[in-house]
Amino acid sequence: MELFRIKRDIPFMSYGRLTTAISLVTFILAVFFLATRGLNYSVEFTGGTVLEVQYQQSADLNLIRDSVDSLKLGEATVQSLGSSSDVMIRLPNKPGTTSAQLSDKVMSLLKAKDSTVQLRKVDFVGPSVGEELVTHGLTAAILVCLGIMAYLAIRFEWRFAVSAIIANMHDVVIILGCFAFFRWEFSLTVLAGVLAVLGYSVNESVVVFDRIRENFRKPGLRGKTTASIIDNAITATMSRTIITHFSTEMMVVSMLVFGGPALHGFAMALTIGIIFGIYSSVLVASPIALWLGVSREHMVKPVKPKEEAVV
Amino acid sequence: MNRYPLWKYLVIAVALIIATIYTLPNFYGETPAVQVSSTRQSITVDTALMGRVEEALKAQNISPDGLYLDGSSLKIRFKDADTQIKARDAIQHALGDSYIIALNLLPASPQWLADLKAYPMFLGLDLRGGVHFLLQVDMQAAIDKTMERYAGDIRRELKNKQVRYGSIKRNGNVLEVQLRDADTLKAAQNVVSRTLPTLVVSSDDAAYKLTATLKPEEVTKIQGDAVKQNISTLHNRVNELGTSEPIIQQAGPNRIVVELPGIQDTARAKDIIGRTATLEVRMVEDDQGKVSDALAGNIPAGYDLLDEATSHGDSKILVKKDVELTGDNINNAQAGFDENGAPAVHINLDSTGASIFRQVTAENIGKRMAMILVEKGRAEVVTAPVIRSEIGGGRVQISGSMNPAEANDTALLLRAGSLAAPMNIIEERTVGPSLGKENIEKGFHSTLWGFAAIAVFMVIYYGVFGVFSAISLAVNVFLLLAILSILQATLTLPGIAAIALALGMAIDANVLINERIREELRNGVPPHSAIQAGYGHAWATILDSNVTTLIAGLALLIFGTGPVRGFAVVHCIGILTSMFSAVLVSRGLVNLWYGRRRKLTSLAIGQVWKPEK
Repeated sequence: MELFRIKRDIPFMSYGRLTTAISLVTFILAVFFLATRGLNYSVEFTGGTVLEVQYQQSADLNLIRDSVDSLKLGEATVQSLGSSSDVMIRLPNKPGTTSAQLSDKVMSLLKAKDSTVQLRKVDFVGPSVGEELVTHGLTAAILVCLGIMAYLAIRFEWRFAVSAIIANMHDVVIILGCFAFFRWEFSLTVLAGVLAVLGYSVNESVVVFDRIRENFRKPGLRGKTTASIIDNAITATMSRTIITHFSTEMMVVSMLVFGGPALHGFAMALTIGIIFGIYSSVLVASPIALWLGVSREHMVKPVKPKEEAVV
Repeated sequence: MNRYPLWKYLVIAVALIIATIYTLPNFYGETPAVQVSSTRQSITVDTALMGRVEEALKAQNISPDGLYLDGSSLKIRFKDADTQIKARDAIQHALGDSYIIALNLLPASPQWLADLKAYPMFLGLDLRGGVHFLLQVDMQAAIDKTMERYAGDIRRELKNKQVRYGSIKRNGNVLEVQLRDADTLKAAQNVVSRTLPTLVVSSDDAAYKLTATLKPEEVTKIQGDAVKQNISTLHNRVNELGTSEPIIQQAGPNRIVVELPGIQDTARAKDIIGRTATLEVRMVEDDQGKVSDALAGNIPAGYDLLDEATSHGDSKILVKKDVELTGDNINNAQAGFDENGAPAVHINLDSTGASIFRQVTAENIGKRMAMILVEKGRAEVVTAPVIRSEIGGGRVQISGSMNPAEANDTALLLRAGSLAAPMNIIEERTVGPSLGKENIEKGFHSTLWGFAAIAVFMVIYYGVFGVFSAISLAVNVFLLLAILSILQATLTLPGIAAIALALGMAIDANVLINERIREELRNGVPPHSAIQAGYGHAWATILDSNVTTLIAGLALLIFGTGPVRGFAVVHCIGILTSMFSAVLVSRGLVNLWYGRRRKLTSLAIGQVWKPEK
């Protein structure tokens, strides 16, 4: 079976203007949603208490909401989690109260209403912890970018490093934009997923860049313009790009389907990241590299003339 | 031409055998067990204890599946949970309160695997169920406490040297001593800087004021000690919960992580962790008539009959109900040696404590005083020394008839009465056991189905080469699990997600290789050269792309906390194993399959489409 029967190189670079425009629009939209709606940070970042409880039968959310509100613990969120019998209760931090006892209070109240209720999980996070996580997360992201750029700059060329990182950041911002738009919960595990995308997506750019470098060195392609050499590289790696992503996507979708609520956010971040990863590595990174002016001279080291013995 | 030298096949075979051995324990599951350990250095867990436990079980007609003595704990394995509970009760009854007897789970893998040090992975709380606390130590309180003690010390030293002073005030982290004139100021400065070298002393000559602050290294030491003392106090308390493998460790300069796997009663756990045991000093009644009355069950009014735990066994001791002094007045207790070189416990009292202690000792020379630890409503005599003389100055030394281990235990118990500084719970996670099981199941299923989907696709798309890719992907899982088991890494749900993702990403290398081979074939290269060129060209790309992924993984490992870290560890190892399996193992398979055929006309790598010229 061969899915990709491409006869001629696809002139990707001549669509550069269009693809850049599309990227720019999605990017701006993502930034817009991030700015206006903001991320729905999980309790790990904001601090507060989350309880997950399970009932034998379908739970009456309103009843639970009313009973939790009667404790006057501040603005509580009560929502079902996956199935109708699983309920998540989120409570904000309240200065002064010993928040560690909070879960016991809520549980005894719920138990009094319905004795079948079972405590599945409690997360309590104090206010100071969240800020640290944000700074650590940002440091990690910056470090990943710098590390990848340094490696690509050494292995390839700074123009490739810059364009790969821009393409990557584009992916990450779009994932974050999706999380902001749909108000999906942004937890630590999602952050891990996003940073993993950062590493994964750069793979794509590396594979294409590798081909570009190889093409520059091929004697048969010497007369071609940089744009057509890039087109050839992308076309040649097209089949591999799509099959790899398809395989990874199968794994991630399997996590999305079978992984339950605990892995949902993580799988979602990766699903979006992988789809945009294909697009950005091919249609964002390469045009930027072209625009930054990569050329054969940057990639192919001049061959030193052999020193021969002279008389 | 596509043949590996023998050693390469051997490397692969050895790697596979090791991987299989170390992955195996994870599939055996766990059996119920009872764990016996001791909180005190003076009470050891040894073969004698093993004998006692065996006898106790025999008396109840319980036959254990095995007894294991390792380091400081004894583990007894049982067939089922019912026997386990019965056995626990029997052992508890036989050994009394000096030991911690906890329910535990032991890996059910056969002995020969354990002999090879092949143990299953440690499951994180999210997979196992349990409680996790992050506690923050209030460092300012620890410093405040020390400053109060120094204020008392300065007061005492100045009095001893008969330097007249006005007042001693504590102003934040600064002690201010007001003096009368330049002479006393100078004298005071001399006294303080000579006797209390850990303070930085400066004088204000105009206002006759002496200020003392802590040296920076002293502040660091106090903070370090505070965390250490709190950790040891927590250890003592957590032991009561009977958790088999509690984790109590420092996390950052002022934080302590407490993880209690398997504990469900969080209310009780929080209660015990947050509780302060109290230490009471009371007078002992040694009047023979009253003691024998009390032992006969007729305790006189105003007295308590308490247990005293010594290395010779438990004994009863009659004490007055009046509390002379409490643990609040104890600043510190350390094990050490007295002037004769015998083991001793040194206790440091604060100024109130010192003056009470002087009075009590003056009035009761020749009598005994008991130091009693009151915890969970139960009082136990830690030590009951005889008062030889009046003791002033707040520095108390208890010595005689104890060995260094006992001195350590006593000091620990005296300190256990107080935390060096208060702690707050700043993070708490509780995971129910059913959720833990579900998480394992869900993580396993997503990995399994994802793997199956990829394998089926690869076989359909790449034929025999697809089979090789699928096998090398399976090898990758084994290697990854084996390394995680060898490292005894803690597997969490994000860790399982990382395993799944590692597989999803590892297939990239095989796709790259297979596509390259197809491309070479498309260009009319003969099969053997196509294999060689395909692997050769793909290798550089695989290396580059894995290094960049690894950079991201390492950053996650360094800056990640909690779930992110669990993910990062597996992610990084997964990248390394995938390079090995995708390149070396799949090439080995290809070489085995095609290497011997000289006249190879085609490769089973799926259809290779050639554009019409």
